[in-house]
Amino acid sequence: MFGRLTLESIPYHEPIIVVTLAVIAIVGLAVVAAITKAGKWQYLWNEWFTSVDHKKLGFMYIAVAMVMLIRGFADAVMMRSQQLLSAAGESGYLPPHHYDQIFTAHGVIMIFFVAMPLVIGLMNIIVPLQIGARDVAFPYLNNLSFWLFVVGVILTNMSLGLGEFGRTGWLAYPPLSGIEASPGVGVDYWIWALQISGVGTTLTGVNFFATILRMRTPSMPMMKMPVFTWASLCANILIIISFPILTVTIALLTLDRYIGTHFFTNDLGGNVMMYVNLIWAWGHPEVYILILPIFGVFSEVTATFSRKKLFGYTSLVWATIVITILAFVVWLHHFFTMGSGANVNAFFGIATMIISIPTGVKIFNWLFTMYKGRIRFTTPMMWTVGFLITFSVGGMTGVLMAVPGADFVLHNSVFLIAHFHNVIIGGVVFGCFAAITYWFPKATGFTMNETWGKRAFICWIVGFLMAFLPLYALGFMGMTRRLSQDLNPEYFPLLAVAAAGTAVIALGVACQFIQIYVSVRDREQNRDLTGDPWGGRTFEWATSSPPPFYNFAHLPKGDVLDGFWYQKQSGEFDPTKEVEYERIHMPKNTPTGIYVSAWALVFGFAMIWYIWWLAAASFVGIIVTCIQHSYNDDVDYYVEVEEIKAIEAERRAQLEEAKKNEVKDNEKKDDLEVTYAN
Amino acid sequence: MLSGCNSALLDPKGSIGVQEKELIITALLLMLIVVIPVILMTIYFAYRYRESNTGEEYAPEWAHSTKIEVVVWTIPIIIIAILATITWRSTHELEPSKPIASDVKPITIEVVSLDWKWLFIYPEENIATVNYVAFPKDVPVQFKLTSDNIMNAFFIPRLGTQIYAMPGMVTKLNLIANHTGDYKGFASNYSGKGFSQMKFTAAAMEDRTAFLNWVQQVKASPDRIEDWEQFRALASPTVAEPVKMFSSIPPFLFTDVVTQHPGSMNCLPENLG
Repeated sequence: MFGRLTLESIPYHEPIIVVTLAVIAIVGLAVVAAITKAGKWQYLWNEWFTSVDHKKLGFMYIAVAMVMLIRGFADAVMMRSQQLLSAAGESGYLPPHHYDQIFTAHGVIMIFFVAMPLVIGLMNIIVPLQIGARDVAFPYLNNLSFWLFVVGVILTNMSLGLGEFGRTGWLAYPPLSGIEASPGVGVDYWIWALQISGVGTTLTGVNFFATILRMRTPSMPMMKMPVFTWASLCANILIIISFPILTVTIALLTLDRYIGTHFFTNDLGGNVMMYVNLIWAWGHPEVYILILPIFGVFSEVTATFSRKKLFGYTSLVWATIVITILAFVVWLHHFFTMGSGANVNAFFGIATMIISIPTGVKIFNWLFTMYKGRIRFTTPMMWTVGFLITFSVGGMTGVLMAVPGADFVLHNSVFLIAHFHNVIIGGVVFGCFAAITYWFPKATGFTMNETWGKRAFICWIVGFLMAFLPLYALGFMGMTRRLSQDLNPEYFPLLAVAAAGTAVIALGVACQFIQIYVSVRDREQNRDLTGDPWGGRTFEWATSSPPPFYNFAHLPKGDVLDGFWYQKQSGEFDPTKEVEYERIHMPKNTPTGIYVSAWALVFGFAMIWYIWWLAAASFVGIIVTCIQHSYNDDVDYYVEVEEIKAIEAERRAQLEEAKKNEVKDNEKKDDLEVTYAN
Repeated sequence: MLSGCNSALLDPKGSIGVQEKELIITALLLMLIVVIPVILMTIYFAYRYRESNTGEEYAPEWAHSTKIEVVVWTIPIIIIAILATITWRSTHELEPSKPIASDVKPITIEVVSLDWKWLFIYPEENIATVNYVAFPKDVPVQFKLTSDNIMNAFFIPRLGTQIYAMPGMVTKLNLIANHTGDYKGFASNYSGKGFSQMKFTAAAMEDRTAFLNWVQQVKASPDRIEDWEQFRALASPTVAEPVKMFSSIPPFLFTDVVTQHPGSMNCLPENLG
């Protein structure tokens, strides 16, 4: 009846887990109680959960990612402290059984449930606004993608209190992840969490690819698209090509585990090398899926805060395209030590270093955007400068490991760990923080607190350097990754520095949560009434903050690069002018995404625990719900002119208020100057 | 801290390791030609063109310069071209399966990764050891590696190159020690519960005589592996296994381990090393 599921599956004899679960339960209950007390369930359901509005979905992606960041970071703290204790000669508090789940979960969570949703969330909020669209190409699919991602999050977290998570490392190499070496539910949690959220990601890729190609404001040619949109287009092409590889690879592993096929087993024709090749044929493009949009973010931030046109737009776009193509011919550099032979290794090594050429060009483009600019050091700009410095180092160590002869001794060492955290934290994470601060007023209508943002930045960069520079040195000392017991005592001093670095990063994270709290508390003082708080250049700043649900009453004219900047300068852009409106065609909200995902959650759960009848029933549930939805013709409506008029009148009132405030501010400044003069 | 002698990769004890150390340093220096200016330019531009420095030139429309474009594409291309040449040559030079040129006859050691210990087989001497491998210094060592079950990697940092050990397959690794000493070796690809403690000692002995003396010691050991069943008993999972010496082993034990998986596509004669 319940497959493998028994009461024994709950790890109630492990105090760490029980306490964690208790905390999660208390916090969860508190949130539920608060929502119930405020009577907000109906509101959440109607306005958020069933919403097909790309801005709201993007916001929810980022919110979930921030919660998962805490979980992934907690894993990191546990790993650092366990290694420190072990190097001090203690056995520590995490036996391999527990530690191995932690590093697996850390990798999976940070990549799939933090970095990916941050990047996809940003694309959701910004891309349609930048291209002057009113929504994405397939609004319902966008909602479905989000909920499928949430299913992955739920399954991963469920493994904490029911059964276990994988003990295989984040990519679950067979034969370790095969049924013989890992008979438990851990690998199955991994499989279904990734498989279900992966389908969502593929749909997102298709959706945004179509959106960027087909939904641009009619006057905008490809070569006038903002760089963030270009980078997102390339990232979505990477998603469309690479995620199916992941889906198939995991499906084959699933067949091996569930029905006894031999794709990746040791015998009967199976081959582990096949798995390693396939998983990295997805895995390498994956890192570019993360970093390309972030390169786009830095391009926007640098141009805006240097108050200057982006240097070398065309070469930057071509550099992005070149990286997109090369992303598919470098996967073997993840396993030079497999013994592929000198020609193969050298080919993949050289292909990898070639990627550093367009990447280097991008860095120079940002530098020459700053050159002869007027740089305002807001928090996003500080993250950008921090990125330029740390990413250069991370890129260099990456190219070093692209030399097979060097990789032969650095492979799998903590030098590698330092390298990819150097590019992922210094690149993706810093970029996401820059983007969140930069676009926060657009999404919420008020700017973030700068003081706490800068404190967070300083803690993060200091903590990051302390946490990862020692790992480079430890790598040279020969320390390999994923150790938990009997560490060499010589590693102790450097591990202590790294652990202290983690504590400093924790301070940074704390500053960020304080920043959010303070920003929300002081939102009235920091309201962005103009919709353009930074003097922006692209069309997301042409509408109000937050934008109306239809984004633009009139689609912007996008025939020049940085069109918004020039329209402001020429006076062509004048939102205070009253104009004629036409009714707007918009998609309707739908709960189908939630229903399908709920069935998918039950299906994943049933498959993990071998509850076959439930798996069959929920699979039918998914199919039936999808078919039902395809008969639903009531998916769109028109926003009538009256409603648009009312919303736009409100926007003009805001602009009036902003103008008054500006006058007041100027008077204040004048007064101050008078005071100083006296 | 890095230059200290406890930094295994920067204080290698064999010629492969020395070449790899030099390669790392060369590559790093080459890349620093670009990286250091980039970091300095970042700091300098950020400082010089700050908003409060209103005396500085401000060119909001300046966004293209063919001269700069040529430079920022050319310099990385030149550096990568040099690095690519070095890569092509060093990759062939350091190819793990390539025998090390030497006047001395190399010795062959077969390595089996077990859960979670290393079995070293000396086919010529017909002996085997667990978690301890010895060879004379200045004599090339040809390791042939496989795994009983789980994919793993074999690494002695002071000597250089690591390589995967994979079930049903044989990988080859040629190393040499040029200094006497006991070097740390370990598993460097996560393989499950006992992975952290899957360590061994690699002893580089003074000369062939010292090595032969050691072989005699092993031959005097009362322990032996007599058949496949005894091997399976040894292969059953253990954590932090102490050093063991076996005075005799069944013939073709290594081949038997490689070919134990029925129907393996890898059981072709050319894959047996």
